[in-house]
Amino acid sequence: MAALDGNAIAGTLVAVFDTELTTAIGACASCGRRSLVGEFAVYLRGPGTVVRCRHCTAVVLVIVEAHGVSCVDLQGLEALEPAA
Amino acid sequence: MERAALPRRLTWQLATVVELVEETARTKSIALELEGWSGHRAGQHVDVRLTAEDGYQAQRSYSIASAPEDDKLVLTVERLDDGEVSPYLVDELRPGDRLELRGPIGGYFVWEAALGGPLLLLAGGSGVVPLRSILRHHQAIESTVPVRLLYSARSPAEVIYRRELAGVAADGAVDIRYTLTREQPEGWQGYGRRIDRELLGEVAWPRIERPLVYACGPTAFVETAASALVALGHEPGRIRLERFGPTGG
Repeated sequence: MAALDGNAIAGTLVAVFDTELTTAIGACASCGRRSLVGEFAVYLRGPGTVVRCRHCTAVVLVIVEAHGVSCVDLQGLEALEPAA
Repeated sequence: MERAALPRRLTWQLATVVELVEETARTKSIALELEGWSGHRAGQHVDVRLTAEDGYQAQRSYSIASAPEDDKLVLTVERLDDGEVSPYLVDELRPGDRLELRGPIGGYFVWEAALGGPLLLLAGGSGVVPLRSILRHHQAIESTVPVRLLYSARSPAEVIYRRELAGVAADGAVDIRYTLTREQPEGWQGYGRRIDRELLGEVAWPRIERPLVYACGPTAFVETAASALVALGHEPGRIRLERFGPTGG
């Protein structure tokens, strides 16, 4: 399954976090690699949105939306820093 | 308080279709009017949401094709035959219809004058859409940043914005190169294959000029472009990518 980029879920991220996040920097909790959220690998075809680190492929973020409620799992992120 | 200082939640709003333009057999440009549009930056996108009578909703992201300076917001949509949203947008939509959308979205795949150049725009198929917004913005602000566009399409008939691009190229404002990967017209002088390192080596600005690169297209196109440019010595930090894939539609 082909991955898209973090920018593909820019709208979902704004809806959840209420701020533009694709230019924020996320640090992968698994390998420590820091990358722009817009550059993470995004998989949209599952029942939820799965976001992976492009370096080590660990899951950094999962978002599941059902009945208007968003469930967000950020455990794969060590840090999320807003754009400077 | 100034209006711009007010925080704006991203909300769904209704847009009215004012014009539809057939760009190719599979793509249409949809001009929209909406109240209270906050304006966008070149390269951003919007989310479009369709709701069926039974309440089922499908949502997709589409790049904005118009420049921030244009009168109307324009999306250019390619029909994916097994898609849920694009066949409706391309085949069924009529002027006067209303669409739900939210945006503008994304700060990553954006070009503004302050970012400078020279600009290298790489388009694979309908990946040309956000790059057209960048080209129009570049023109509208009379930027002197040099721009080169490499556009990969299957055939001449699948080139989106054909006339507009020919006009811009004839002006000398933008250096446009094409590669037609499946079907070339007789006497074709341009490239006739999928992009590769050699092709990008010929088209890209020399690395010493530190071009700012925007590549948009199918995953394979974007990944080939990125790895070839890095292999040619270009700085990864100056290459912005937007992949789109079969998850669209």
